[in-house]
Amino acid sequence: MAAAESYPEELRYHAEHDWARVEGDEAVLGVTWYAQDALGELVHYEPPEAGASIAKDGIYGEVESVKAVSDLVSPLSGEVVEVNQKIVDAPETVNEDPYGEGWLVRIRMSDQSEAESLLDAGAYKALLAGQ
Amino acid sequence: MQTLNRTPLFEQHTALGARMVPFAGWEMPVQYEGVIPEHRAVRGDSGVFDVSHMGELEVEGPKAHAFLQSVLSNDLDRIEPGQAQYTLLTNERGGIVDDLIAYRLEVGRYLLIVNASNREADFEWLKERELSGSDVRDLSDDYALLAVQGPRSLERLGLDEAPAFTFAEGEVEGMECMVNRTGYTGERGVELMVPAEDGPALWDAVVGRGVTPAGLGARDTLRLEVCYPLHGNDIGPELDPISAGLGWVCALEKEFTGVSELRRVKEEGPDRKLAAFVMEEAGVPRQGMSIEGGGEVTSGTHSPMLDKGIGMGYVPTEQAEPGTDVTIDLRGRSRRARVVKKPIYKPQED
Repeated sequence: MAAAESYPEELRYHAEHDWARVEGDEAVLGVTWYAQDALGELVHYEPPEAGASIAKDGIYGEVESVKAVSDLVSPLSGEVVEVNQKIVDAPETVNEDPYGEGWLVRIRMSDQSEAESLLDAGAYKALLAGQ
Repeated sequence: MQTLNRTPLFEQHTALGARMVPFAGWEMPVQYEGVIPEHRAVRGDSGVFDVSHMGELEVEGPKAHAFLQSVLSNDLDRIEPGQAQYTLLTNERGGIVDDLIAYRLEVGRYLLIVNASNREADFEWLKERELSGSDVRDLSDDYALLAVQGPRSLERLGLDEAPAFTFAEGEVEGMECMVNRTGYTGERGVELMVPAEDGPALWDAVVGRGVTPAGLGARDTLRLEVCYPLHGNDIGPELDPISAGLGWVCALEKEFTGVSELRRVKEEGPDRKLAAFVMEEAGVPRQGMSIEGGGEVTSGTHSPMLDKGIGMGYVPTEQAEPGTDVTIDLRGRSRRARVVKKPIYKPQED
């Protein structure tokens, strides 16, 4: 079942429809409800390698639906400490629970101040309303 | 900006919450609930597609048969009134102007149902070549066309079983329609043709009988699982039917446009062939990706039935044998696929 539209207040957002949940010096990344809805049911997740360095605004992987492929844009810089293997095996989990079970990677941030430049839920929703 | 055409069922689609996209100059539903559930509905029960964007050309007159025999690849002497035939409109180079279904309405009257994207080109092609005594008319705007497909489609509509590639006048919920036992999914099913003004009521009646609305997204995944070529992807004016595996619709013993070139290709054997493949590794192949050894993907998607990437593409003839392992470049990543016998997915017999 597809999730209902939501943009949790505790997350930070990137304009390319990616989210970050900051937890100490680590962050969990994923794609927003809007992104998964635009793509449709996901059928493939091409994750980065654990240990890879990813850069803010850089591409760290891909997700694909039947119709389209979409780059994953990182909201923050850091090193990948964990890939959510569940999404590799069952990509549709992202559609069912984009902010929970549908997380994509966990990183160790290299510059915690970057989080301050991200959008809060209100600003991200305003951006969506303007599209 | 070009305005998009709308089919007679546009209001039905928006009322169902369809996601509308531009396709061949038309504003069409790509999905309602989702490509995968719609695909599964067609394979498991039944689905209905609005295919009113397709072209309907009528060719009539004492010379209609002779004229069509000279421009179409298949042999119309093999069918009688009440029967239909998959065939190709070919050019002088042996390339494919369009693929279509010819319905023999009467001895001297045919209906050609053609791809939406080629409707104007086909009409002009035929008009330029028509003989005195064969009149070609474009009736596309007069009709709505609904494809109802799936193992339970006939039962849902209350229609009697009939052999594939036949047609007859029929009735669905009291509405008279031309019932064609044809389709693009590999499943049992019909295509219902009615006057444009009856389209919305017929759609509502079909959906009211429990048939799932399905969009162009599912139409593409369904046709690719059964390896039906898509004109513009897998076949086209620069690609010949022998290499495409469509030799079975080319009556090389009769005379038609491009036949000598096709006889030559058949005699010499094609250099490359349209092969079907299934991914052995993760990833979704897409049109335009290269296949190691000189091949190229012409259609690719994720198969909802196999839950794997699938596709078709032209490969050197020696790579086209089922069982051959090939490597596809998925945006810089080399991924293995295996050539398989067509169709990739075989619809279940019941």
